[in-house]
Amino acid sequence: MNNKSKSLALHGGVIAALFALQFVLPAYHHGNLARIMVLACYAMGYNVLFGYSGLLSLGHAMFFAAGMYGMALTIQHLGFPPSAALLTGIAAAFVVSAVVGFLALRTTGVAFMIVTLMFAQAFYLAILNLGEYTRGDEGFVIQQADRIMAGVDLSDASNRYFAALILFSVCMAVTLRLVHAPAGRILVAIRENEERARMLGYDIFRHKLAAVVISGTLSGLAGAGYGLLFGYAGASFATVQYSIFPLLWVLLGGAGTVLGPLVGTLFMFYLIDLSSGLTSAYMLIAGAVLVLLTLFARQGLVGEIRRRFAPWLP
Amino acid sequence: MAAMTLLSTEGLTRSFGGLQAVKNVSFELPEGQIRALIGPNGAGKTTFVSLLCGRIEAHAGQVFFLGEDVTRLAAHKRIARGMAYTFQITSIFARLSLHENVALAVRRRAGRNLQQIDREVINALDRVGLAGRSGQVAGDLSYGHQRLLEIAMGLGQKPRLLILDEPTQGLADSEIEDFKTLIRGISAETTVLLIEHNMDVVMELADFVTVLNFGEILAEGKPADIRANRKVQEAYLGTVHA
Repeated sequence: MNNKSKSLALHGGVIAALFALQFVLPAYHHGNLARIMVLACYAMGYNVLFGYSGLLSLGHAMFFAAGMYGMALTIQHLGFPPSAALLTGIAAAFVVSAVVGFLALRTTGVAFMIVTLMFAQAFYLAILNLGEYTRGDEGFVIQQADRIMAGVDLSDASNRYFAALILFSVCMAVTLRLVHAPAGRILVAIRENEERARMLGYDIFRHKLAAVVISGTLSGLAGAGYGLLFGYAGASFATVQYSIFPLLWVLLGGAGTVLGPLVGTLFMFYLIDLSSGLTSAYMLIAGAVLVLLTLFARQGLVGEIRRRFAPWLP
Repeated sequence: MAAMTLLSTEGLTRSFGGLQAVKNVSFELPEGQIRALIGPNGAGKTTFVSLLCGRIEAHAGQVFFLGEDVTRLAAHKRIARGMAYTFQITSIFARLSLHENVALAVRRRAGRNLQQIDREVINALDRVGLAGRSGQVAGDLSYGHQRLLEIAMGLGQKPRLLILDEPTQGLADSEIEDFKTLIRGISAETTVLLIEHNMDVVMELADFVTVLNFGEILAEGKPADIRANRKVQEAYLGTVHA
């Protein structure tokens, strides 16, 4: 088997396993996994920019929220059907990431982190300020009647799981496609040695902008999906905390690996879930585990597996 | 028989703070030549070639490539028009394979034709003698081999003009011999502009030599004439041939 078919077999296998799990998981974990798959979409979007292009953004909550509010506000105020609202959410994230990318990419390194953080804070404050429409911090519930897409009720647990799996598969396919495409290779080249890539004749700005837009749009898709599947949109999803989450998930799972975001999200979700069952100081346990992982698996879980056993992992 | 001018500059100038690194340089490079650019440390050689390929911006003057003014063009656009640049300090993709390093150089031109890319990558690696290592990670190569990989990346671009910034720096004597053979082979299809400190390499390889000193052209001529030039000896060779 060559590397490409190995990779296809592995990633196809993961999707098949996720599909099969819904029949055996108890209700609680079934619900968790649906949530994790959607959040993993967000992490995969983040990974396109951070893991593959080497650009650290601290403002991705803005893209997630742009998708979420682009979807939710059009349902709430314009009466869009959920499919059209989902597309509006994706379009909103696309536009926001294109504009922010165009401006923020004039900077690099730490300045890029700060500029993305500032844009995201401005976005968050705008959501609070427009409380008349967004209901600010409190947010608003998307009614069950508004969540029936093509006759399928997305508030139903098994429908929701299936929809989350579809969303996850789409994001994974996009990521896989990208990393195998010439454009994806150029992003890796930029991450590894930007000046060399430029002096091979590549337009660095254009490629980085494309990375921000793909990353932001996937994040927005995740945000819109999350709102639609779980029936709520609120300003807390636009806070800086939600910009840090995908960074943590990707770091834990393995930056620059296709499966890393899923593994990282799953790991972190259950780390907090299990440790909060043991003690109210669960963040202490979570923190200690994170420190251990950064000490002993610096490339994240999947990154470490790739380094030791499977260098062909994309 | 006058060869076509591939590249020329008019009054090219660049300063850093108060220091004029390149002063009013007018330079002409005919197609097909191997041109050596020499001069003492700090003479402005690297700055000059960086102005040619657009890595840094000129403060005054113009650069013409293939008959067109490219002074305002971004570096990647000049590269796309047929310049290739190899760095003085080895600059490769250390964590990627040799094959991928060269493929990145080939792909911009060859697009999505996988077979053509593969063929050209192997060909470029073969010419520098690294074809057997194409699967290896570039960072694991010895320094000399990394320099050769840089040249393979230059070849992979099939440039009209190949700019080499001190390619023999840090190479062993035996490697330098191979390098000379390689450059002679390359010069059949590509014009070569070479910054070089090793005088043996310059004397043996170059068709024509330009000497820079304090950011200005001090002398130009055939290698033998440059060797005999008193001004050059004082500025530069004197320290070598004492």
